[in-house]
Amino acid sequence: MPPEWRPSACLDVLRLRAQLLRRAREYFEAAGVLEVDTPMLSSAGTTDPHLRSFTTTGTGGIRYLHTSPEFPMKRLLAAGSGSIYQICRVFRDGESGRLHNPEFTLIEWYRVGYDHWALIRDVETLLRTLLGTRCPTAVAECLSYGEAFQRYAGIDPHVATTTELARCAQNHGIGYHDDGAGIDTWRDLLMTHVVEPCLGHTALTFVYAYPASQAALARIDPGPPPLARRFEVYLEGLELGNGFHELADAAEWQRRVKRDLAERYARALPEIPVDNRLCAALDHGLPDCAGIAIGFDRVLMLAAGRSHLGEVLAFPETLA
Amino acid sequence: MPTYSTNEFKSGLKIILDNDPYAIVENEFVKPGKGQAFNRVRIRNLKNGRVVERTFKSGDTVEGADVVDAEMQYLYADGQFWHFMSPETYEQISADQTAVSEAAKWLKEQTLCMVTLWNGVPLSVQPPNHVILKVVDTDPGVRGDTSGGGGKPAKLETGAVVRVPLFINIGELVRVNTVTGEYIARAKE
Repeated sequence: MPPEWRPSACLDVLRLRAQLLRRAREYFEAAGVLEVDTPMLSSAGTTDPHLRSFTTTGTGGIRYLHTSPEFPMKRLLAAGSGSIYQICRVFRDGESGRLHNPEFTLIEWYRVGYDHWALIRDVETLLRTLLGTRCPTAVAECLSYGEAFQRYAGIDPHVATTTELARCAQNHGIGYHDDGAGIDTWRDLLMTHVVEPCLGHTALTFVYAYPASQAALARIDPGPPPLARRFEVYLEGLELGNGFHELADAAEWQRRVKRDLAERYARALPEIPVDNRLCAALDHGLPDCAGIAIGFDRVLMLAAGRSHLGEVLAFPETLA
Repeated sequence: MPTYSTNEFKSGLKIILDNDPYAIVENEFVKPGKGQAFNRVRIRNLKNGRVVERTFKSGDTVEGADVVDAEMQYLYADGQFWHFMSPETYEQISADQTAVSEAAKWLKEQTLCMVTLWNGVPLSVQPPNHVILKVVDTDPGVRGDTSGGGGKPAKLETGAVVRVPLFINIGELVRVNTVTGEYIARAKE
């Protein structure tokens, strides 16, 4: 038997793929958002302990394939680009499954002068444009992270202890045993196993106000409790993107990177060179902006009424 | 045995958990927008067949289980153990009641079975899907009735009781499905 060479997505879906990419570009062009493209290979990588970069070694030494175009796009913003977007392939090692492929397409954009609330409206408009009748007509629902947990897991994620979160997981029938798990591991466990599957079934759903420990590069409102200006968007139980009112404070950025590096060290994860050019750009000044990355393949999957990412990629990991 | 990372999880992989051998039935990778990734798996306990759900942190490792399926010939039972032999190596093993379980009622000398071994010890025994066995007891046959309608219980030489058509007599051979326990057809030697 010859090896499998045919695409796993049918040609109709690939035509829809091209159509949605065109529609996204038209949306941004009409909104005056500039298309940019930035390097996929970089001498610095992401320090996020939960992301594993692919690396390659060329004559110039080790290079990291980007897990998102965030850092160079922020350098463009600091250089005065104004609002920008990019549609590109990104790479995340170890992420494969029904809803993951180690190489996938992001639509990432930044709106200068927006906060996360204004960006939520923007995301809703774009998703309606892309999904058409596949998007519920109901007004988008906005739920805080705390409300989402209260409603679907019956627990307050901001005050519950690790023991209480662990018991809540057990009560929901989750067989997970880990005495050393930190509070965010338990929150992530409940989020992925209990809360997420319930989100976005009657309306496009935005979850906002994440615990400060999960801020990534979002600004933090002091609280109490301190909450990150970060949101996620869901449809049919599927996370489609992560948005932020972007952190512009260079000193705070350095503190978060240091914390990432300490966690990487504690968990014996590879050391990653820090992006000093981004640091310099933040020092120069990032304009007040909000940004988001949307997983385009998942949007396409919903638009095409499919349930497996392999059905919307010409050649997923197993055929690449 | 090697250890396996969650990245290597796929259905059919045999692992050890809480000292019991399991086979992975289904593996799903789940990850929040930012944060910890997990592998959510459904696994079957190879000792009792029960399927349970477990979740692992992605990147964690688990010990592999030395579980193999071997085709072996059933020899005899001594009242406590069922004895099997490998037709290739002539190596003999004995399986207890727990391992043989439901298969016992289909076992006739020389039948080739699939024996699942964990560290060389039988975990379970699977008879062939179809077996041919002799009827040792049933009500007298009704001559001429080949409709098969109704039927009657018949005891087979291995002790199994199956429903057979009315025309089947003591001493005849029948082909039986061991999965459903149903009569398929009359058989010749």
